[in-house]
Amino acid sequence: MKEKKYTLISIAAVAIFLIIWQICAAMNPGGMLPTPVAVVKAFFLKFTDKNPDGATMLVHLGASLKVALSGYLIGLLIGIPLGICMAWYKKFDWFARPLFDLIRPVPGIAWIPLMIILFGIGLLSKSMVIFISSFTACVINSYSGIKQTESVHLWVGQIYGASNTTQLFKIAIPTALPMIMTGMKAALGTSWGALIAAELLASTKGLGFMIQQSRGLMRVDIIIAGMAMIGIVGALLGVLLNLLEKLVLRGGRW
Amino acid sequence: MSRGANIKAVNLTKKFGDLLVLDNMNFEVEAGELLCVVGPTGCGKTTFLNSLTNLYQITSGQILIDDEPVDLKKHNVSYIFQENSTMPWLTVEENIRFGLDIKKVAEKEKKERVEEFMEIVGLTPYRKFFPRQLSASMLQRVSIARAFATKPNLLLMDEPYAQLDIELRYKLEDELIKLWEATGTTVMFITHNIEEAVYLGRKILILTNKPTTVKTFLDNPLPRPRDIASEEFVKLRNQVTDLIKWW
Repeated sequence: MKEKKYTLISIAAVAIFLIIWQICAAMNPGGMLPTPVAVVKAFFLKFTDKNPDGATMLVHLGASLKVALSGYLIGLLIGIPLGICMAWYKKFDWFARPLFDLIRPVPGIAWIPLMIILFGIGLLSKSMVIFISSFTACVINSYSGIKQTESVHLWVGQIYGASNTTQLFKIAIPTALPMIMTGMKAALGTSWGALIAAELLASTKGLGFMIQQSRGLMRVDIIIAGMAMIGIVGALLGVLLNLLEKLVLRGGRW
Repeated sequence: MSRGANIKAVNLTKKFGDLLVLDNMNFEVEAGELLCVVGPTGCGKTTFLNSLTNLYQITSGQILIDDEPVDLKKHNVSYIFQENSTMPWLTVEENIRFGLDIKKVAEKEKKERVEEFMEIVGLTPYRKFFPRQLSASMLQRVSIARAFATKPNLLLMDEPYAQLDIELRYKLEDELIKLWEATGTTVMFITHNIEEAVYLGRKILILTNKPTTVKTFLDNPLPRPRDIASEEFVKLRNQVTDLIKWW
């Protein structure tokens, strides 16, 4: 009953938003804001129509996902082990921390100009931007997760004669899993955001490129359709991560 | 049947910064002993057990298990902590198996021991439950089963029954006596409950107030099963109470 009520409220909120949007667009017929119906039409048309930017929605989406996922996965593969090692091995922390503290405050999008100069406007430069954006979130969360390991759990391991490595794999990493998952989610958000920023500035394909081209041609309907696709894909990736979290955190969050 | 370990402390001293907690303690616990440790509140009973097992690095002195310096990789020790020490990401049966996994016990024996001790603490119906789904007393029973499953030569217990309801406490106290008698394990049992110490212990170690040292060892010759209302029991309980008083 409660769930039904919640669903109704959610549908009502979306409906109210669309009605307000429709009214605003209707009150300004010669203006730039298209109606929701026009945007929905443009959204579906773009799946088959290459105009005005030379590619369909799926081609742009594929290009964006390729960049985002490659950079994101490299960020996870390097960031998570790095955060774990920094938290677990004190001497490694002393070594890596100063460099990481310098990189950490620089937002991913600040790296775009440097990456374009170094690697051009292809896949590599944008992947590197995504990598840096996701890497930072992964390191911070993995590090914090390992640091949250309770002494009493480590004592249990020590009492049974567990080596330092066994304690890391059987106690500290399982303790850190919820934080690692949080880091993966945060990294996904920042990566997706950085990707669009990178594509707006330098690319020949991708959702950001499509939006940028449509801006030049004043095709607001395609701009909003592109934004909607970014939102939908971002939400779907979030759902996938939530499913992964449920698989990994068997006992729920701890 | 596991054999109990002999423990010897020679000039055991532990400081936290400038704070002297354990002061030059000397004692010996014979193999197969059931020793209850009592002392004034805050005297450092937990520090005492943690120092015995090297969980806290001692400032000076020596701890010997069977005449060798403590080595947790070599000596078969279990410890039931005062606080909840179950791993939240493991089910009840996985938690009980934890020590056996680390000790690399053969799979068949591991399964048998998990079943045996899960049954003893009454958690078989909850084997697939995670710690967040259990009550405080059930969590402590998981820790107890985990500790016994490794069949230790030395079992350290830090107020393990303090959080349990009285009925379960009595049951587990009797269970401990049975397991101790069956295995011959050396047990060091910390408690602030003098009645519990007199009920369980074959010997009672009384500690002084901080800086802690050994005040005395008492023999407890009362026959088992012990009657907590008997005259001898009450007399010994009062004697221990008088010895703990520091005011």
